Amino acid sequence: MTMPSAVRRKGWSRKQKRLAVIMGLGLVLVVAAALVLTALRDQIVFFYSPTDVQTRGVEAGHPIRLGGLVKDGSWVREGQSNTFVVTDGATEIVAHYVGILPDLFREGQGVVAEGAIGPDGSFTATNVLAKHDENYLPREVVDALKAQGEWRPETATP
Amino acid sequence: MAAGDCDAVSIELGHFALILACAIATVSALAGLLLWRSGQRLAQVLAQASILQFVLVAVAFLAVVQAFVTSDFSLKLAVDNSHSLKPLIFKISGVWGNHEGSLLLWILILVLFGALVAAFGRRLPADLLNLVLGAQSLLVAAFGGFTLFTSNPFERISPPPLEGSDLNPILQDIGLAIHPPLLYAGYVGFSICFSFAMAALISGRIDQAWARWVRPWTMLSWIFLTLGIAMGSYWAYYELGWGGWWFWDPVENASFMPWLAGTALLHSALVMEKRNALKIWTIFLSIITFSLSLLGTFLVRSGILTSVHTFASDPTRGLVILTILAVLIGGAFLLFALRASSLRQGGLFAPISREGALILNNLFLATAVGAVLVGTLYPLLLDALAGTTISVGAPFFNLTFGALMAPLLLVLPFGPLLPWKRADLVAAGQRLAGAAVLAVFLTILVSALGGISISLAPLGLLLGFWVTFGAFAELIERGRIGRIPVGESVRRLVGLPRTIWSTALGHMGLGLTVLGIVSVSAWETELVTTLNPGETAELSGYTLAFDSFEQVPGPNYMADTGHFTVTAPGGGTKTLEAERRTYVASGMPTTEAAIETYGLSQFYLQLGEPLDNTHVVRIWYKPYILLIWLGALVMAGAGVLSLTDRRLRVGAPQRTAKPAMEPAE
Repeated sequence: MTMPSAVRRKGWSRKQKRLAVIMGLGLVLVVAAALVLTALRDQIVFFYSPTDVQTRGVEAGHPIRLGGLVKDGSWVREGQSNTFVVTDGATEIVAHYVGILPDLFREGQGVVAEGAIGPDGSFTATNVLAKHDENYLPREVVDALKAQGEWRPETATP
Repeated sequence: MAAGDCDAVSIELGHFALILACAIATVSALAGLLLWRSGQRLAQVLAQASILQFVLVAVAFLAVVQAFVTSDFSLKLAVDNSHSLKPLIFKISGVWGNHEGSLLLWILILVLFGALVAAFGRRLPADLLNLVLGAQSLLVAAFGGFTLFTSNPFERISPPPLEGSDLNPILQDIGLAIHPPLLYAGYVGFSICFSFAMAALISGRIDQAWARWVRPWTMLSWIFLTLGIAMGSYWAYYELGWGGWWFWDPVENASFMPWLAGTALLHSALVMEKRNALKIWTIFLSIITFSLSLLGTFLVRSGILTSVHTFASDPTRGLVILTILAVLIGGAFLLFALRASSLRQGGLFAPISREGALILNNLFLATAVGAVLVGTLYPLLLDALAGTTISVGAPFFNLTFGALMAPLLLVLPFGPLLPWKRADLVAAGQRLAGAAVLAVFLTILVSALGGISISLAPLGLLLGFWVTFGAFAELIERGRIGRIPVGESVRRLVGLPRTIWSTALGHMGLGLTVLGIVSVSAWETELVTTLNPGETAELSGYTLAFDSFEQVPGPNYMADTGHFTVTAPGGGTKTLEAERRTYVASGMPTTEAAIETYGLSQFYLQLGEPLDNTHVVRIWYKPYILLIWLGALVMAGAGVLSLTDRRLRVGAPQRTAKPAMEPAE
């Protein structure tokens, strides 16, 4: 990634040298742009509500973010493994997570989990996103709830 | 607890002081920017006005602090963010743990920097000083006005409630007392570079002396920003309790982008100072860096991003902020587009030279800024334009940022060894041979001992060691170590300009940070398990015993405390306490992780919610994680060292102010 070695050769005019340098710099930019675009195509994670998962279909094992409300009375804990139901009012998906859930994980509250849908249609979370205060409901979840007519601003503020 | 008459007066006094400061700033901005040719007399007036602005804003700020400290709940801000039982330090830091107060702190630092320029810039040419202080006052007027009209910290409540609703518990930490002021000092310090850039563009005059004035301010801001980011990262690491130290969260990116741009600016200003080249680029970087700082502060504040840093959720406020940003940044770039061509370029150099190396540095850093910016804003744009919600997570940034940093780290040690104008790569390579051999050897050794858990770890190690040891090549060369008697070498090294030492230390610090990152990413171990009092668990040779569990009340919370004993592989035992707190006023729970330090490595323990008397604990062993922050501290220390160099001291020596600015073409 140093300067093109050809530049050092004697006998190039100043103009040619400058051109070589500019082309070298341009090359780095092009490579960087290509890298960014590839990474954007492959590395972004789409957000799904439970209804999206059902209607749009998600490839098993493909990483997604699943967001909705934790269904009341659905959280079962056994040692460090947790099972709960993510709902947006219309559709429900069973989610599994092994580990310590964030402090503000509560039944009836919003949740965003990263993970993948398994072959059996249940969701295995690799990471349940921590929220920073009890009022904070991720905007994605609010939008998803609104889409399902489940949005009740009096119980939760975005 | 009721507001006394005296408190009420001081709050209104503070309010009035802020209004007055804004009015003075508005007049100063108009006078400075329109009548900048008026010379010395206007410069004196503007300098005094700048100092007055600082005094007035300080009064306003202290008035709010006083209301928090005395729990004066006639101030709405104190009601929303304070509580009479809160410890004093958190009453004070609570002032800036909210939107209005943090804006006030931001403005306080802005006027502080303006006052410092006024105080130290007496030897600046009057025209330049007029423009700089004018531009600085414009910023004060814009953000002061924004504060007063949309986010007034002096709003009152009548009748005052008996008790406040307390500060977000996560923010009740010593971190909040330190992190925002440091970060803001960094962000806002770049406003000086911005104002200097505006002055250069308006007056059309820019030369090496300009770079010599700007560089210490850039360095000062960069030091604060480095410390602020490192502090924020460490705070997130121990307070948020997830054991992570960097999440590529949009808010973190927002502080990281000005740091990258500021690092590039430091290096390009060097080229300009020494070789009178890269002028237009340096001006451009000055504008970019402060624009990113503004974006960093206000993207966070606008409520577009939701996170712990988001205080404002009022959409109109966000719109006003975005408008101010658009006008300021857009205006600056318009001025740049119109005036940049009038700045004369100078200083020819060959591609292989110190200049060439610094350009390469700037190229990679600027491209990295671009990549991080795309990753941060793309989800926002996609959401706004297409309505699709996506998240761009760590994999994106690791891939793009990593790919850009690897070549930068590879060529970095060469830079300081190349002479200006024209250099010999082979000669530089020979001086680095020792560092290269050492880096390869240590990489093989560490990989063999630690095992290769991720395939890129050896490459990361190699780069880290290479940068760390390569940093010393110039010192070894200059001190002629090994070629002359040791005493003579020491004398030579002590006599070297401090900038040489600061370059070496700064680069070494970066190397250490890289090593810490690689070590933790590759060799961290983690265990999640159920544990009851009396039981033990084992991780990476460390044995953890759960001794007892109790519930204890804190000043404004209830705590579930677990007492643990950890036994190191060597045999030493230490006791740890991990807590889960529930705050009384808000009912909010937080996790207080227990962290035990072994050399540069840490043992990290998080206690889960109890269920039927069983406890889930999550433990990590993080090898050499402290190198990440130690490296940042070394970098900041290197910056401080460079500021003490007599050539760069803030308030440059008399002779540097004398040469007449070169006229525009």
